[in-house]
Formats: sequence, C-alpha cells, structure tokens
Amino acid sequence: MIPSSFDYTAPSSLDEALKLLRDLGDEAKILAGGHSLIPMMKLRFAEPEHLIDLNNVSELSYLKIDGDMLKIGAMTREVETEESTDVARYFPIFADVAKLIADPQVRNFGTLGGNLAHGDAANDQPAVMLALNASVEIAGLNGRRTVGIDDFFYGFYATAVQEGEILTEISIPIPKGRSGNAYHKVERKVGDYATGGVAVHLEFDEQGICSKAGIGLTNVNPTPMRAVRSEAALVGTILNDEAIASAAQYASEDCNPSSDLRGDVDYKRHIIRAVTKKMINKAKQRAFNN
Amino acid sequence: MIQCKTSKEIGGMGHSMKRKEDDRFVHGKGNYTDDVKLPGTLYMDIVRSPYAYAKIKNIDSSDALKIPGVLAVITGKDLEQYNLHWMPTLMSDTQMVLPVDTVMYQAQEVAAIIATEKYIARDAREAVKVEYEVMKPVVDPFKALDSDAPVLRSDKEDKKDNHIWHWEVGQKEETERIFNEAEVVVKEQMHIPRIHVASIETCGCVASYDKVDNHLTMYMTTQAPHAIRTVIALVAGHVGLTEEKVRVISPDIGGGFGGKVPVYPGYVIAIAASFLIGKPVKWIEDRSENLQADSFARDYHITAELAGTKDGKILATRMKVLADHGYTDASANPSKFPTGMFSIATGSYDYPNAFMEADAVYTNKPPGGVAYRCSFRVTEAVHAIERMTDRYALEIGKDPAALRFHNFIKKDQFPYHSPTGWEYDSGDYEAGLKLAMKAVDYDNLRIEQAEKRNKGELMGIGLSTFTEVVGAGPSKDFDILGIKMFDSAEIRVHPTGKAIARFGTKSQGQGHETTYAQIIAEELGIPAKDIQIEEGDTDTAPYGLGTYASRSTPTAGAAAAVAARKLRDKAKKIAAHLLEVSEDDLEWEPGKFSVKGAPEKAKTIQEIVFASYTNHPQGMEAGFEATHYYDPPNLTFPSGAYICVVDIDSDTFEIKVRKFVAIDDAGHIINPMIAQGQVHGGLTQGIAPAMYEELIYDDDGNILNGTLMDYLVPTAVESPSWETGHTVTPSPHHPIGAKGIGESPTVGAPPAIANAIIDALKPYGITHLDIPITPYKIFKALKDKGVLDKNIVES
Repeated sequence: MIPSSFDYTAPSSLDEALKLLRDLGDEAKILAGGHSLIPMMKLRFAEPEHLIDLNNVSELSYLKIDGDMLKIGAMTREVETEESTDVARYFPIFADVAKLIADPQVRNFGTLGGNLAHGDAANDQPAVMLALNASVEIAGLNGRRTVGIDDFFYGFYATAVQEGEILTEISIPIPKGRSGNAYHKVERKVGDYATGGVAVHLEFDEQGICSKAGIGLTNVNPTPMRAVRSEAALVGTILNDEAIASAAQYASEDCNPSSDLRGDVDYKRHIIRAVTKKMINKAKQRAFNN
Repeated sequence: MIQCKTSKEIGGMGHSMKRKEDDRFVHGKGNYTDDVKLPGTLYMDIVRSPYAYAKIKNIDSSDALKIPGVLAVITGKDLEQYNLHWMPTLMSDTQMVLPVDTVMYQAQEVAAIIATEKYIARDAREAVKVEYEVMKPVVDPFKALDSDAPVLRSDKEDKKDNHIWHWEVGQKEETERIFNEAEVVVKEQMHIPRIHVASIETCGCVASYDKVDNHLTMYMTTQAPHAIRTVIALVAGHVGLTEEKVRVISPDIGGGFGGKVPVYPGYVIAIAASFLIGKPVKWIEDRSENLQADSFARDYHITAELAGTKDGKILATRMKVLADHGYTDASANPSKFPTGMFSIATGSYDYPNAFMEADAVYTNKPPGGVAYRCSFRVTEAVHAIERMTDRYALEIGKDPAALRFHNFIKKDQFPYHSPTGWEYDSGDYEAGLKLAMKAVDYDNLRIEQAEKRNKGELMGIGLSTFTEVVGAGPSKDFDILGIKMFDSAEIRVHPTGKAIARFGTKSQGQGHETTYAQIIAEELGIPAKDIQIEEGDTDTAPYGLGTYASRSTPTAGAAAAVAARKLRDKAKKIAAHLLEVSEDDLEWEPGKFSVKGAPEKAKTIQEIVFASYTNHPQGMEAGFEATHYYDPPNLTFPSGAYICVVDIDSDTFEIKVRKFVAIDDAGHIINPMIAQGQVHGGLTQGIAPAMYEELIYDDDGNILNGTLMDYLVPTAVESPSWETGHTVTPSPHHPIGAKGIGESPTVGAPPAIANAIIDALKPYGITHLDIPITPYKIFKALKDKGVLDKNIVES
C-alpha cells in the first residue's frame, strides 16, 4: 500500500484520544480496525493528515452483560462477538453476521464500533443493530451521550458522531422471554458487500404471539434501513405463512436499492423478499427450538 | 495404483515426495523480484490514462519534477529519440512502450516517474498533468467491423479497418453439405469472457545497467527468461544491449499462468531508465495496475453449431470465432497459430468433418490475449465443444453421458487423425468417464434429480470429457519469433555423486525443483534429494522457451530423461571398465550396474561417477555431464472426465457446487501429490470463469471491476471439496510416457460447471447461459422466460 503521507499517533486512553482529536481538528481520522479506512487510503480516496489509532485504548474493548443490557466496547473485535458464549445465548445472529463479514483476518482486527461509525449502508452490522434495537454511546471532551440506533445513521458515511467525538459503546437490550434472531446476505463471493442482506430479531409472549419484531436491511438503501411495515406485519401474529409473506413483500417494496454490478433493482428486491422470508423463518425456528 | 520402479530413498517417478522448494517458501525465504535489493536502487511509477481512447495534447511534468527525490519523468517523446517508443508483440504486431500522441485503452501507460523512493514516485504520479482530447472508443468487437467505426490503428500505413486477421481450418464445403442435410442441427452464440490471471505476485522488474561494463542484469517476473533476453537484444541491440551484454534472471515467481509471458511496457521503460541513468530501477505493479493493464485471456465470441443424427451420432461441427484482441494482437501463441490450438475443438469425439474460422479485431481495451493456464485457446475450444455436446443431448433427449460414449474416439483408433489436422497420440476416454460416473454414482444422481424436479428443486449434473493438446512443440510447426519450441536440460554430476541440473524452463509454482529431480532419479538412480535443480538465469541455464502451456514436462522433462540416458550409457561403459567385463554382461537396476548372474559384482552409480573423475577408461572424456535439447516429435494429448453436481437455491439462486469429481489422464505421473495439487489449483481456476470472473467494460471503455473488490477471484470458501482420480494412458512418443497436467483442470472444469447449472435449469427451457453464470444471471434468464414467479418463487 502506498498512501499519501500522514502523521500517526496511538494514544493509550480515551481521554488522550479525545484531546488529540480536538487539537488536530477535522484533518484527523480515527483508526479502529482499519478495514474500511485503510483500503480507502490505499486507493487515495481518503487522504487524512493524521491518524489517531485507538488500538492501544484497552478501556474500549469489552463485552459484558450489565443488568438487562449487553454492552460491547467500540473496539471489541468482530471475532469476539462471534465467539462469545454470552452473546451466543441470546444473539446467535452475531455468529451469522460475523461469518459473513469478509474473512477471519478481517474479523480478527475489524471492530464493531468501526463497522458502525463508518456509516456505510453496505456494512452488515448496522442492519443487525437496527433489528436488535441497539443504542450507541458517543463520548466527547464534554461528556457522553446516548443515541438510539434509529437516530444514528445520517447519510452516506455520515453518522451522529460529531467532530471531536468518538463512538465508545454499543448497548443491546437482552430479550426477556422467548426470542430468536438471524442474519443472511446474498453476496457474490465471500468478503463481498451484500447484494442484499436481512437481519431479523423476534420476541414472543407466552402464547407464542410475536410481541416484538426488528428487521434491518443491508445495502438496499442509502442508509442502513429498518423495514418498518414488515415489522408491523409480524407483531401481534403467530407468524403464519401469510404474515411472513406480507412482511417479505413489504421489505422488498420499501427498500430503495440501486442498480450496480451485483444486480438491478428488480433482482435486489427479489433477493430482499426471499431472504426476509428465510430469516423470519430461521429466527422463529431458533425461538421455538431453544 | 501407480507402480514405482525406484525405492523411496531414490525417489524416482511415482513417489509422492514432498516438494523440495517448499522449505524456503514456508520459511518465508523465497526470493521474489520485489525481494531483490540493490544498492542505489531508484523506483519507477507509472502515470496511466483515465480514458480508453484519447489524444494526448500535452504532458506537463514541471510540478512533479519539483518534488524532492523525483529524478525524471519519461514520456513517449523521450523514448522516440531512441526509437524505443514502440515494440513488437509475440504475434508480430506492434505495441506502444509509451504513447507519443494517442492512448488506446484505459490504464495504458502514459509517462513514467523515476524517484529515489516508491512513495515519492507515487506522489509524483498525481503531479504529472496530462491534457487529453477524449475520443469515442470502440468497445464492442462486433461494432469494430462496422464501416463507420474509427480506424484505431491509424499508425499503420494503409490500415483501413479494425480487422487483424482471418484464419480457417477444416472441410468447409463438406461440412456445409452435412449441415444442410442433417436431421438435427443445434446452434448457440457464446462468449468466453475476458478474464485475468490475477496471480498473487503482480509483475515487476529490477533493471540494473552497469555503464562501465555496458552490461544489463534484468531481474524480472518472466516465465520465459531466455526468449526475453533475445527479445531485449533484438529491440535494444542498436543502443548497445547485444545478447551477450544482457543477463535475465527470473527469481521465484508467485504464479504466472501465462500472464508473465508477454513483455510489458513497464519492463522496457525500466530498462531504458536504468540505461540512461546508470542505476538500478525497480518497478513493481500494484494490484489494480496488474488487473487493469496487463494482458487479458480468452475473450472469444463463438458461434458454435453441431450437426448429428436423431439417434445421437455426431456428424460435423462448425465454429465461427470473433476474437477481441484489444488495441494490438499481443497473444502469446506460437507464430504460425493465430488462434493457438483452438482447432482442437472437435474434442474427444470422432467427428468425420469440421470447419472452423476466426477473425480478430482491434478494440480500445488492453492487449492480449495470453494463454491463461491453457495451451493456447484450448479452453475456449473445450468450452464450445463440451457445451454443444450437452446442447445436442438436450435437443434429442439423450443422456449426455450415453451420448458421449456413443461418439468417443475409441481406444483402438489411436493414433487418431482429427478432421482439423491433429494426430492425437493416445487416449482411453471411455475408461475415464466410467471411473468418474462410478465415483459420483451417476445413475442414482439422475434418480435423485428427477425426484427433486418433482418438488421444484433445482439440481443439475454436468459432464465434461475433454481432450487437451499440450507440449508445444515440434520444430516443424512451432516457433516463437522464429525460435523453435524445443526445451533443454543440462545435468552435471559432481565427483561425490551429487548433481545439479539446469533447464530452459521456469517454474512459477509447478514444483520443477522436485519433479525434474525425480525424472533424473528415475533414470540414473541418484536420489532426487541429491539433485539440485536450477532455472531462470540466462547466464547459467541452457536455452529454452520457458514454462507455459503445460509444456515443461513434455519438453524439458523429456530432455532431462534423454540427457540422463546419455549419462547412463556412459555409466555402463565405466562400469564395464571397473568390473572388467563386457558391457553386454551388465544389467541395470535403479542405482547400479551388476554383472549378469553375479549380482554381488556391482558398481553403484555413485562409484561410477567418482570413477569418471578419478579412474575413467583411457580415451573416454572425463567427467559426468550431459546436455540435451529435446525437439518433441508430436504434441501430447492429456484428457479428463469431469462430473459436477450443483444445487441452486430456488429463491435466491445461490449456486452450490455439491460435488466435483475430476478424473485426469496425463499419462505417467511423476509425483502424484504434486499432480493432485496442480489439479486442485486448476479446478479452482476453472470455477473462476464459470461462476465468478469477467473483466467488464462500459460503453466508454471504462473498466467497471478493476480491483479485487469487484473482480471476483474465488477463495477456499467458494471451492468445493475436489475429488480427484486418474487413468494412465502413456504418451507413446514421450521418453517417460508423460503428457502434462497443469492446465487440464482449468480447461476442463468450466464446461462441467456450466453444463451442470444449465441442466438444473432444464425444466425452464434454458439451453445456454454464458459464463460466468451467477445467481443474478439465472434470475434474469428465468425472468426473461416468464417463469420466475409462477414456477419457482411460490413453490
């Protein structure tokens, strides 16, 4: 790789990183796992003057259950979410998604925080976080604030993380009753961005009626997208074939894919319909098999 | 089972010994071109055209030259002063080194920067200001021949169109008559896509010119170092670089696959820069440059037709090819073969008649094409004939396996004379297909498929029973730039019985350091581990045409056996002298001569070699060395029977290769483990064009997938678990009966996969899809047939 020249700093605490970010201003970029930023630097699409490397900031790397929340530090590697038994108990979706994020080398270094903060609708984790109704903690020198995932993604490569701020933690509510979740994307080959991907999280009451549904879509909208009508079609039903077919149909109608080498709009809508159906069925099966 | 004539200690043919070269590779001690570090090295980077077709109005290097560390910006006008701005291609066409006034494809070299560091050179690339006048390019090869198409090669006097050459072979009138009268005629238009070898190591060089000695040492990623040295001398002899003043060293190579046969402009510019500055100049392509600018492979548009009877007897084939060569014909074919060996397209079948023709055209795309793990256009030929065989089976409602058995060239028909002029050396196609069918349990697969079809599930079974033609080649027909396509071996055994052997070929991962040693071990009984193999240095190795087209074993491997046999004859004379018996009283077993009837009276090869230096018979030349330049009497014809089983998701159309069995026949096998590894790699490069790879250009000639993010090279994840096996039908004319294996799997796999996918889609009336066949392409085909929602999605 032959990028443009840049300065490099590797602080060892969040506070130090925030101060550097203040001092260096908007010519500085935060480096987490680097698996989005470095390819862009290689092609010189990104030419930051300074890199602030968070890889020595150990306080941002953790994964814990805190009351009724799963809390994940922003610098936690994708592989840790893939392998954690705490996570697997409630969220098998993490193993689904991690396996579809590039290859083991990328997952060993890529971070959950970086995946979200990059603000790319083609990344897989945003759809999962939408389905799981996560919230995101953002720190600045003036303190920390929490943003719901629906208010996090602003636009193309733009998120709620403002100048001088760093994404620090992801919180996910732990389901109380029967639940299941699943993710799949159609990709041209391993490591590719999704042609279309669907994350589904379902919760059920004691009668087996769907009480909560979260559905996030990958790479079929300018920003990561929640399939609102699809969710509504499921809640209050026992997820019979009709409800599932409606949810799948709504997802395919409501997404806004663009035509590219992966396929035209028709194909992507077709994929979203097919995968939404498959993932609802898979999440349901997981809920009732546990 | 493979029978070994030698002990494991000797390690001759048939032993699965571990590769001798792997120690250095797994220890990270390989020495690739980019590892060559010479004092005072300068670095070269290349400014490339953003446009497919444009006039260069002006190149302003002033800002670049202001950057500290930038020594020079070289343009076509600079090279023009030395008459180095154009160079010949292997097909006697011409190619720009750097353009003087016009760029012909996107990513073409426009100027070169020489700097003290590679980072500075890359920064300077952005500082060179080039002013272009963009022109409308010719992208579609069919439109290249339109009367109103711009004449791209206006540099050529009298050139009035974009047509390069016409070629034809076979029985034109007779074939036409058969087609007119045949009961069944099937026809498909197919495109074998433009692809790229995408080797792990990109191309590069270190050109090191010594002004005092007037000597150039050229370290470079080349599969054919000797030929390259001759080309350099022919092109640059007029400035003093005559052949004795040029040394080409091809160090370890990280994959070649044909992509490292051509001379790329970067090499020539680096030589020119080093020659002018007097310092070493290193040029290493990055991945995007490699993918976007280096020679492509394939890109044949084929109209294929087959005539036969209703009950399944093949009568004739007719093929018409349109070859898109980009802006110059930079193919790496033998000189007399503009379409390479495409005329092998009657395959494994007993065709009474065939007619094939091809026309090549210029377009605004990178030049080529190279023989990507393929003996010169055999992949294109095999794809056409294997697809058409299935197409014919579909038309007459016959099982594709039964149809093949019905039409195979039979074992007793060899040597077989094909209607397009080849003499097939040997083969047993029935045995291969029977073995493959047994391995997949073919009949039960067809039963399973019928059951799945009733449930609306998509399962397909595809066959490919191909014949390869490799080992170029006999001097009467085969040359490159006039140099005959022999190859060479030189064996030198030291007094202590250890040996070094040098070859005119050059391994890029094939395992020559092991297999050549095994051939010599087989013939001389010297343990393979005691034989050092060297290739790639033109100052030390004997002349040869290099490694590509599965030619190393058929040519240099044969040379090794013949040279070793010369030494064994000498050994016999020395043994007779030492044992004081007549030569007729001696018998050979691997590693020693003994007296017939008195086996305790024997001399080992090591004792004999020692005597050749210490106690050789009066009048005999001392030492133990032999050289042979092998001119093959014919090509070799490896074959294979491949069966592929696919399952296609009926909602998303994701394709899963469930099973893939490859039965190869490469004659005698030197090292079964290496052969199997070659097959695994080759099969993976076979699923690549079948399901993933294609270089795609838009109407303006922009490449749409010029990085590995969108040019989809399959990985271990995409690779099914390959099941391999072999039959052994030795080549009757080759000294060790070997045929060559490296390319068969790449050639044979794509039609097996395509046939399987199209077989899966049979209920929906689809008769052909061009490779790569992707889920998206299946979606579109089903949508076009109007069967998408009715029959599949709701089922």
